[in-house]
Parts: sequence; C-alpha cells; structure tokens
Amino acid sequence: MARYDSLIETLGDTPLVGLPHLSPRWTGEAPVRLWAKLEDRNPTGSVKDRPALRMIEQAERDGLLTPGATILEPTSGNTGISLAMAAKLKGYRLICVMPENTSIERRQLLTMFGAEIIDSPARGGSNEAVARAKAIAAEHPEWVMLYQYGNPANPAAHYEGTGPELLRDLPEITHFVAGLGTTGTLMGTGRFLREHVKGIEIVAAEPRYGELVYGLRNIDEGFIPELYDESVLTSRFSVGPFDAVRRTRELIEREGIFAGVSTGAVLHAALGVAAKAIKAGARADIAFIVADGGWKYLSTGAYAGTLEDAEAALDGQLWA
Amino acid sequence: MAVIVSIPTILRNHTDGEKRVQATGSTLAAVIDDLEANHAGLKDRLINEGKLHRFVNVYVNDEDVRFSGGLDTAVADGDSVTILPAVAGG
Repeated sequence: MARYDSLIETLGDTPLVGLPHLSPRWTGEAPVRLWAKLEDRNPTGSVKDRPALRMIEQAERDGLLTPGATILEPTSGNTGISLAMAAKLKGYRLICVMPENTSIERRQLLTMFGAEIIDSPARGGSNEAVARAKAIAAEHPEWVMLYQYGNPANPAAHYEGTGPELLRDLPEITHFVAGLGTTGTLMGTGRFLREHVKGIEIVAAEPRYGELVYGLRNIDEGFIPELYDESVLTSRFSVGPFDAVRRTRELIEREGIFAGVSTGAVLHAALGVAAKAIKAGARADIAFIVADGGWKYLSTGAYAGTLEDAEAALDGQLWA
Repeated sequence: MAVIVSIPTILRNHTDGEKRVQATGSTLAAVIDDLEANHAGLKDRLINEGKLHRFVNVYVNDEDVRFSGGLDTAVADGDSVTILPAVAGG
C-alpha cells in the first residue's frame, strides 16, 4: 500500500534500479552488474532525509529537543534541507551554517522551508562551517546542534534502513559504493553489510574540489568526521569534477537517470570497481547510492556545454 | 621512475609556489624522500612519527594510499600522486 499519514512516513524503501547499459556484463555466467539506489525518492529528494529524521527523532527521545526548540547545524545544504522540512512539520526553528560557495537552489529551498542561513567563508569549505557552528553553539547552549559529523543516529539511519533494504533487494551484493562526506552512509550501511555479507567490499568516493576549498591556514586545521572509522572501508577514491560530470551525463544519456554531480563521482568509482572485476574474471553485483537528483545543481553549469566548461564552472563550488 | 606530485596550496611554500613537481621512487616513501631532497621541509609536513600525518591524504592514481599499503604503496613511472589536506564534506 502506498498511502501515508504524512510526508515523513514516506522516508526510505527507495527503489534499487539496474543499469543494463552501463554495466560491463549484464548477463551471462559471471555478470558484472551495477545497481543504483535512488535516494532522490525520499521526502525532500535526498539521502540526507534518513539521517536528518533519525537525528531529530533520537534527540526527541533523549529529551534534548522540546517543542519550540532551535536547531543549529553546519551543512553544505542537503542535510539542512532535510532538517528544514522536518523542523517545519514538527515546529522547530532551524539555523543552518553554510559555506557561501553552495548552489543558489539549495539556499532558496532552505529559505522556502523557513530555515535561517548563516554564511561561512568559501575558503576552507565545510571546515569553516563546522568551526563556525561549534563557536555559535558554545554561545547558545540553549540551542540544539544535532551535528551530523559526530551523531551516532546518522550512521544508525543507514544501519537500520539503507543496509537492510540493500540486502533484501540484492542478496548477491558484492560491493557497496557511496560518497564520503559526513561518512554516515558508508559507516552505517557498510557495517550492516559487513555483518551480513561475507567478503563484501565497501568503497568510498570522495569529491575532489577546487583549490579554494582546501585553502586551510595550516594542516592542523584539517577535519575528519568523528563518525569516520577507516576499518569499515575497503578502498577510497578521490574523484574530480571532470570525471564526476562525465559520469553524471552518462547516467542520463544511457540509463535515463537524472542525478546530482556527487552521484557521478560515485558512479565513476563504481565503474572502476566493475572494470577490476572484469579483469579478474569475477562476478560482481555493485550497488551504489544516488544521493539526489540534479535539480539543485542546474545553476552550477554542470549540465550544459562541454565537459571542460563544466569542470571550469564547478571550480571553487561545493558541488557534492 | 618519474611521477608527478600535486602539491596543495598550503604546502607550496616548500615548492616555490609550484602546483606540480616531479619526483622519483618505486614506493610512496621513496617518492617523499626524493621530494624532501629537492624541497626541504616537505617531509616533516607529510609524515609524523613514521606515519602519514592524520590530516594529510595522499592518493596514487586517485586511490587513497591508506587502503593500498600506506607509505609502502608501489608507484610506477607516469603515476600521479596527489596530496590533499583532510577537509569536511557533507
């Protein structure tokens, strides 16, 4: 039955869709198949609805969030949009600390949902947003910072949701590939799958931005999310904007799936894994996360002109 | 065995502002030693107590070396080595 009492109830249970055209060997004795989990089918159109709702519900259960409370969160956009939707429905005030080099669509959506935005400088990317939010939280102890980078409810959403859904829909899964940001998707789904699928490989695709984003004052200002546990991963790849855009476009052209640019980076890593399986003559069923649709990134320039134009346009932007 | 090493903005004071420099070596450790010979001070910024600095990520052909052998990761002629500081995503 597809009837729900509210939008929030529609969370999760997203479709897993085969990619017969992009998979190197869709049929035969040792197939090497790619499967896309369409997380854009969540209430606000991104995978972040899972951790956002899970973090809010946990904070409510723990008595941290009470009616009329103010939530503060550092976010490059998608987690903010998910929190904003839930905050609106549940009657909380939301303040997002967001790097100024994020797309206009994300800002407009946040504003539409009633969130307030505090800008952090483009230089240093999300690092600056995290530092700024921590400083503001210290000044306002009455506000609740859910803190997606360190909140166990973030990976728990994937351990309890994304992981079991994948195992149910693709018991023969051999690889799981997702983007590395807060690390919540990879940690939660990865842990669940490792516990249930012998030999599974957990592969991270990390967006490689333009130089501005890495413009820290010194190395010790670097940031590793508290949630990150290296032992959950099998390998980790850095994917630049050229490959991310190229794969995003291939996904539309060959499979009809209109995804955000970070999904292109994930697909690039997934195709690398697939090529290795082909070389080794092994079968593989590779599931990857489509974190969101492309709608919020149309203004970035990723979807028009040559790949070189798109790469140049994305320089300095937080495109994932 | 020459490889091209991409240097992040924050470490370019060791390379006279160069974004990319050449180095030789058959492992990442050897490449870093060779970098140090030509760009003094770089090694100390990358390695701490015999291991890669916690906030430094190094990729050989886009793969994070922490998952492919660390400082012992093999490098071959024409490989690309990318050094990046760890920053937040999400």
